[in-house]
Amino acid sequence: MSQRRDTLKNSEQELHIFRVRALLAVLVVIALTSLLVGRLAYLQIVQHEIYTTRSEKNRVRVEPLPPNRGLIYDRNGVLLAENRPTYNLTLVRERVDNLEDTLALLVELLELPEEDIEAFNVRSRQRQRPFQPALLMSDLSEEQIARLAVNRHRLPGVEVEAQLLRYYPDAEVMAHTLGYVGRINAEELQTLDAGRYAGTHFIGKTGVERFYEEELHGQAGLRKVETNARGRVLRELGRTDPVPGENLVLTIDKSLQTLAYELMDGRRGSIVAIVPATGEILAMVSTPGFDSNQFVTGIDVASYRALQEDLDLPLFNRSIRGHYPPGSTIKPFLALAGLAEGVITPDSTINDPGYYQLPNDSRRYRNWLRWGHGRVDLERSLAVSNNTYYYTLAHDLGIDKLHERMSGFGFGQRVAHDVQGESSGLMPSREWKRERFNQPWYPGETLSVGIGQGYWQVTPLQLASATAALANRGHWVKPRLALEIGDEPVPHDLPNTLDDIHIENDAWWDRVFSGMEKVISGSEGTARRTGVGLEYRMGGKSGTAQVFSLGQDQRYNADELEERLRDHALFMAFAPIEDPQIAVSVIVENAGGGSTHAAHLARAMTDAWLLKDEAPNADDIKEVLEVDTANVEGD
Amino acid sequence: MAWQTLTRPLRRHPVRPPDSGIARRKSIWERIHLDPWLLGFLVVLMAGGLLVLYSASGQRIESVIAQAMRFGFAIVVMVFLAQLSPTTFLRWAPFAYGVGVAMLLAVEIVGDIGMGAKRWLEIPGVIRFQPSEMMKLAVPLMVAAYLNRCQLPPRIKDIVICAIIIGLPVVLTAIQPDLGTSLLVASAAVIVVLLAGLSWHLIAFVIALLSACVPLLWMNMHNYQRQRVLTFLDPESDPLGSGWNIIQSTTAIGSGGLWGKGWLEGTQSQLEFLPERHTDFIIAVLGEEFGLVGMLVLLALYLMIVGRGIWLAASSQDTFGRLFAGSIILTFFIYVFVNVGMVSGILPVVGVPLPLVSYGGTSSVTLLAGFGILMSIHAHRRLLPR
Repeated sequence: MSQRRDTLKNSEQELHIFRVRALLAVLVVIALTSLLVGRLAYLQIVQHEIYTTRSEKNRVRVEPLPPNRGLIYDRNGVLLAENRPTYNLTLVRERVDNLEDTLALLVELLELPEEDIEAFNVRSRQRQRPFQPALLMSDLSEEQIARLAVNRHRLPGVEVEAQLLRYYPDAEVMAHTLGYVGRINAEELQTLDAGRYAGTHFIGKTGVERFYEEELHGQAGLRKVETNARGRVLRELGRTDPVPGENLVLTIDKSLQTLAYELMDGRRGSIVAIVPATGEILAMVSTPGFDSNQFVTGIDVASYRALQEDLDLPLFNRSIRGHYPPGSTIKPFLALAGLAEGVITPDSTINDPGYYQLPNDSRRYRNWLRWGHGRVDLERSLAVSNNTYYYTLAHDLGIDKLHERMSGFGFGQRVAHDVQGESSGLMPSREWKRERFNQPWYPGETLSVGIGQGYWQVTPLQLASATAALANRGHWVKPRLALEIGDEPVPHDLPNTLDDIHIENDAWWDRVFSGMEKVISGSEGTARRTGVGLEYRMGGKSGTAQVFSLGQDQRYNADELEERLRDHALFMAFAPIEDPQIAVSVIVENAGGGSTHAAHLARAMTDAWLLKDEAPNADDIKEVLEVDTANVEGD
Repeated sequence: MAWQTLTRPLRRHPVRPPDSGIARRKSIWERIHLDPWLLGFLVVLMAGGLLVLYSASGQRIESVIAQAMRFGFAIVVMVFLAQLSPTTFLRWAPFAYGVGVAMLLAVEIVGDIGMGAKRWLEIPGVIRFQPSEMMKLAVPLMVAAYLNRCQLPPRIKDIVICAIIIGLPVVLTAIQPDLGTSLLVASAAVIVVLLAGLSWHLIAFVIALLSACVPLLWMNMHNYQRQRVLTFLDPESDPLGSGWNIIQSTTAIGSGGLWGKGWLEGTQSQLEFLPERHTDFIIAVLGEEFGLVGMLVLLALYLMIVGRGIWLAASSQDTFGRLFAGSIILTFFIYVFVNVGMVSGILPVVGVPLPLVSYGGTSSVTLLAGFGILMSIHAHRRLLPR
């Protein structure tokens, strides 16, 4: 009985303990549940908006739709810059069953070296989120694409993606003028409008591509898409279409440009041709050229170094950045300055003993013909390129007037409307010399300037545009490269054009033209060999420039030294005289006495433009050159 | 047999003779040994779980059917266990415990390695299961059975023996390593001891001791376990790796707001941003699609189950029944708390499924087996005088 009572008492006590503990447990359960409810309320009520934004950011992706870059045509509709589809190899790590095997198979299929497995492995990690495709390789060849397509089933997670890439069909001929696009670099990225360039990887770096970047690029579009966690696009939520870049029609005539390139025949130099009435640049060639397509995908270090270290400076755009002493090519402009200032008349003459002396100075400034040309008037001074006439003229004008008049022809300043990176050349003046050297101007320096030497430096483009203004009888037009932008013609009246050049008597233009015609067609003309068989009236002027070195620290070997110390040959010309259709400047570096070599090239250009199909081709010219340059005469 | 000596017969209580005329008539539920309230709550929970599962599985009806069939099997197990007398469980407790420990040792020696841990025991082509899962029931059962023959509150000697009973399987599970399960097994068994009346002094002492052991535990953790803890403390430190889960689950819950985005409309869930969305993280789907309201309804349902379970435990007539029933129901709550806490970012990520909602068979069967024993304990009461 007592044991039974113990048990009962025990039982009650145990029940009591349990109930107390159970009650406590219930309290703990309630407390913990309240904690959960509190947490959930915090997430779902207090922070609801933050998480809504987050979940939207997860789900909605804004994809840029890059615009197609505008195409570039020549004046006849020949394509100069196009967008070529290229193919990239991408990989999504999460979709690959066995990464090692897949990469090994890829390398085998693409016939790449074994080391690329590791490179691919590294690249496959370069992305912002899981399931995002990583770029393994760009610009796959047709054969590689085909091999990948055949083995597609063995390569889950591997994709071939199309991308448009800039391509220049005539890269070498057009390289300097057209320029090229390249990958946007970190520096450019900071200044670019992020919205406009969303999804764009390329930007114009030089030339037309750079100058008309804004027009060519267009406006990026956007696409809002819903994606799942694997990055797969499920549906489109909204879309703004991209505005494609505007197509560009250039003033360039591709066949004339190509002819100019071929005429240079690998020599260093430049040819620029302009339509005088409109300023349209028909051809602008700097040689040697280079393959600008290399720069689109990114040129490798070795090739780039080879281009940079090339003594011929193929990357240097001579047409707009090459500084050359103009030599005698500027004599027609000086003659006009003299006429305008009343220093000479068309019929005034000098007597040339073969040199010129400043008053009270024993130094003799020599004519190129040591015994002199005797009595020389305006027209003859041009035809025979007499120096003494122009020493006298320059001295009588004085440097101030000379500078002012020559500036009127665009020397010493940027002349073109839309040429990227144009250099201003150098038209020396009293002020310039004071500033540059802190020295006074000496009268002897005026004489040097008078025959296009000394400090005076012009670019081939300046020389051509000055020739065009001359051909226009003083009417100035800005040289330009764009004919139409997006089907809209570029207006003829461009801002900031130089003032027209006026001289008292309009007939004096004809006297200068006559002198220039005699250069080519006259019996004494310095370029009379070039005039043989000419079918139209052409005016021109030869020039020889003393060499200056392009690079100070270049290593010369003996043969090159000799070749590179020869004078530059220059020629400027326009034709036909009565109705000028084309103005040309030609500079051939180190070609020796200028008149013959450069003049033949200038005539080949005018022939091609005026006679079209009947003009001799580049090979014919080469033959003529070989015969004539053997018999060079100075100027 | 040796294990029988561990137990003693259930204490008999005075029973009113059947001829007294006051005896109630047994209801239908009592005759089939089931508790209608608990059963009702569980069925509602499972039905709701299937609804969420349909959405979480990417609207794959096959998953829902498979889960429903598992539920069916689990219910059969539950009903079967409910028919057995609590005495049966009491008698078989040592056996179940012994077999469980033996299998844990077997896993250690020949077990399959999955996810970097030895957890699975496989008889090829026949069955493959985790012995640690069974220990969730066997260990508390054994402790309750042991304490049933002791004077309560337990004396030091009894507590030491209980600690050995608990410690052996817990350590074996922990070295697999499966820290989550070992902690759940330990907590289920420790709850039994707590409910038996473990002295408060001792509780305080043990808590202090455990706190002191934290650095030791940290040093013995595997890297992935440490990573989980670190990620818990700062998920943004590795947003694409180990932090991804918790960032995506809190984003899913938070973006659900008060009313949710609607069934099948949750973008986090349907667009696969949420990982493990039909297993451990399924409550984030509920939170996203049904909002705070849905979460509260679910928590209320769990609270009702827990409340009913504690009531049943408290009304049990013997120590074994009370202790085991109380342990089952509180462990159930711990599952809920740990899972919801982990998914909502207040606890580190441990592999604990949401009871009866997460996709998966083993845990459902274990849970409903526990509820079966609970119902058995309740339904085999003797009628007491009023």
